[in-house]
Amino acid sequence: MKFRHEVIEKNVLLLAVLTLLTVAIGGLVQIIPLFTIETTIERVQGVRPYSPLELMGRNIYIREGCYLCHSQQIRPFKDEVERYGHYSLAAESMYDHPFQWGSKRTGPDLARVGGKYSNEWHVAHLVDPRAVVPESIMPTYAFLKDRPLVYGDIAAHLKANRDVGVPYTDEMIAQAKADLEAQVNPDADTAGLLKRYPKAVVAAFDGGDPAHVTEMDALVAYLQMLGTLVKFTDVRLEDLRQ
Amino acid sequence: MTLQTAANAALGRTHAPEPYVDDVIRAFVLATIFWGVVAFLVGVYIALELAFPALNLGLEWTSFGRLRPVHTSGAIFAFGGSALIGTSFHVVQRTCRARLFGGENLAWFVFWGYQAFIVIAATGYVLGVTQSREYAEPEWYADIWLTIVWVAYFAVFFGTIMKRTEPHIYVANWFYLAFIITIAMLHIVNNLAVPVSWFGAKSYSAASGVQDAMIQWWYGHNAVGFFLTAGFLGMMYYYIPKAAQRPIYSYRLSIVHFWALIFLYIWAGPHHLHYTALPDWAQILGMTFSIMLWMPSWGGMINGLMTLSGAWDKLRTDPGLRFSVTAVGFYGMSTFEGPVMSIRPVNALSHYTDWTIGHVHSGALGWVAFIVFGALYYLVPVLWNRPDVYSRRLISWHFWISTMGIVLYITSMWVSGIMQGLMWRAYDSLGFLQYSFVETVAAMHPFYVTRALGGIMFLTGALIMAYNFWRTIRGDVAVPAGKPALAARPAA
Repeated sequence: MKFRHEVIEKNVLLLAVLTLLTVAIGGLVQIIPLFTIETTIERVQGVRPYSPLELMGRNIYIREGCYLCHSQQIRPFKDEVERYGHYSLAAESMYDHPFQWGSKRTGPDLARVGGKYSNEWHVAHLVDPRAVVPESIMPTYAFLKDRPLVYGDIAAHLKANRDVGVPYTDEMIAQAKADLEAQVNPDADTAGLLKRYPKAVVAAFDGGDPAHVTEMDALVAYLQMLGTLVKFTDVRLEDLRQ
Repeated sequence: MTLQTAANAALGRTHAPEPYVDDVIRAFVLATIFWGVVAFLVGVYIALELAFPALNLGLEWTSFGRLRPVHTSGAIFAFGGSALIGTSFHVVQRTCRARLFGGENLAWFVFWGYQAFIVIAATGYVLGVTQSREYAEPEWYADIWLTIVWVAYFAVFFGTIMKRTEPHIYVANWFYLAFIITIAMLHIVNNLAVPVSWFGAKSYSAASGVQDAMIQWWYGHNAVGFFLTAGFLGMMYYYIPKAAQRPIYSYRLSIVHFWALIFLYIWAGPHHLHYTALPDWAQILGMTFSIMLWMPSWGGMINGLMTLSGAWDKLRTDPGLRFSVTAVGFYGMSTFEGPVMSIRPVNALSHYTDWTIGHVHSGALGWVAFIVFGALYYLVPVLWNRPDVYSRRLISWHFWISTMGIVLYITSMWVSGIMQGLMWRAYDSLGFLQYSFVETVAAMHPFYVTRALGGIMFLTGALIMAYNFWRTIRGDVAVPAGKPALAARPAA
């Protein structure tokens, strides 16, 4: 029997079903293997869930739309590796719900900004970018310094992350509030925090009273850990093969 | 059906006895004009923020990061979405010769439900509520609400086709239907998330990292492919033949390019992730399908343009049609540019730069907005039962000022994008990177000013249109002797 398109044109249910099938294929082929092929995520050591303070800082990064001008994804080109550091790995954003790779570099890439500038520089830059970098076109974020961080529900944030697959332990959730407060207090006992979240930077980030955790503290804590977790000197080439 | 036909015959009617549901279409037309002006205005403002950062005002609610989603959602979903839903209701009733399924009430629910979604989303952005997924920024509660509205919209559209009195489903409806179905699929999968609390706005996405990036750009590119392309092709397939009073150029081409377009488009997402941590096999697939996509895209362009065969003279007398035809021209241009930019070595230069922004706007301003303007100049006199638009001269002004604005916009973004991409990778004779990042930022300034100027011109054009429609709807239309009145066209 000769196929006639007319059959589809006269049956809206058939048209709808065939359309759905046609548009479903591409996504199925491209998305499902990323979950099933184990080598999609490189086998590197050091990537851990965000500390409670870093997680809250990340939420401020998202809230302010930083990702609209800053990427967090270094491509494997000579100039990018020289400018920003080792190219980004899939493993480095495996606990990012959602990912923050970005799509535009109105400002520079931030995938490895952690540790490149002092806390004081970050605070001064966020308060008034042009005081530090005269040509900058970044908005000012002085209000972050005065605003207390809302973190009463920090345990719920960790739990929600665990629901979507981040390996937060019961202990991490129970200690979430204490860990958050300890990370801004250089005088606090941070042994537990650093055991749970190795390489977490502890400091009075905004330069103010550690008893008052501000949004600035959280955002700078997040920026200072970006790209610092994987120790690339220990990575073998075959571990990076996808 | 036979009873109805008999009743029609008895009453001397030739088709459906009840009038079409048109009130809600008028509301969508007004919403389209309103949101268009808002979206263009916010776009101009954030363009000026990039040129003059003091305009961020130091307030959290007016920073570029908070306002940019207001602009993109405003343009795509508020302006484009209102135009799509409104015109789809208009087209589906006429081409099926059937009243909207669900009648006035369901259609009004779609209207108010959709407008509520826009307001919930936009106010959220300003207050910092966002999922940070580009073009899918609204948080979980807004997403659930949109899903409900979308199901109602699907029911209206699908149900109307079900009860059609025409044997064939007209090609415009295939495209509208593919748009509705695919957007539903993309919206649901891309927004899967777990809220922190049922009483708070914040949620965490179901997927993470590389998988999340793939899902987001599968969604993101097909927001372009199905919201901004398939739906508007539906618009093209009705309003260009109507305004030109010519049948579609090729029926066979419309079949081939419909199925090819919807099959290929969905694969193109990974070209947004070239050279990232997304595995190479996925990047290559994305690139390959993006290049193939050039063919069905130009199939649609050819079908639209060739419909004008034998009626090209109408471009001189019908300035509304001029918008539609120019739109198809821009569609052809940006669907050529897109596959070029999806080629990995080209993308290595263009990605992360303003070239992408320019590309998007040649599509969004040149194709999407112009095809909407063309449809509106046809629709407003028909829906408000006026013999013509208030002023054809003002349509010409709108056309030229907007076209010049687009040209300024995309050329300045080509120059700034390619220049910045080249500056990032430039080495000096000693083998050091030649430019610091901030030097490349400073170099963008004149182009950001030019771009803002282009945006101001485009906004001015839209304000001229709004004024023209206000006078038209008020009834200030005199029909000059000898000019064919728009409303004299056959209604179906």
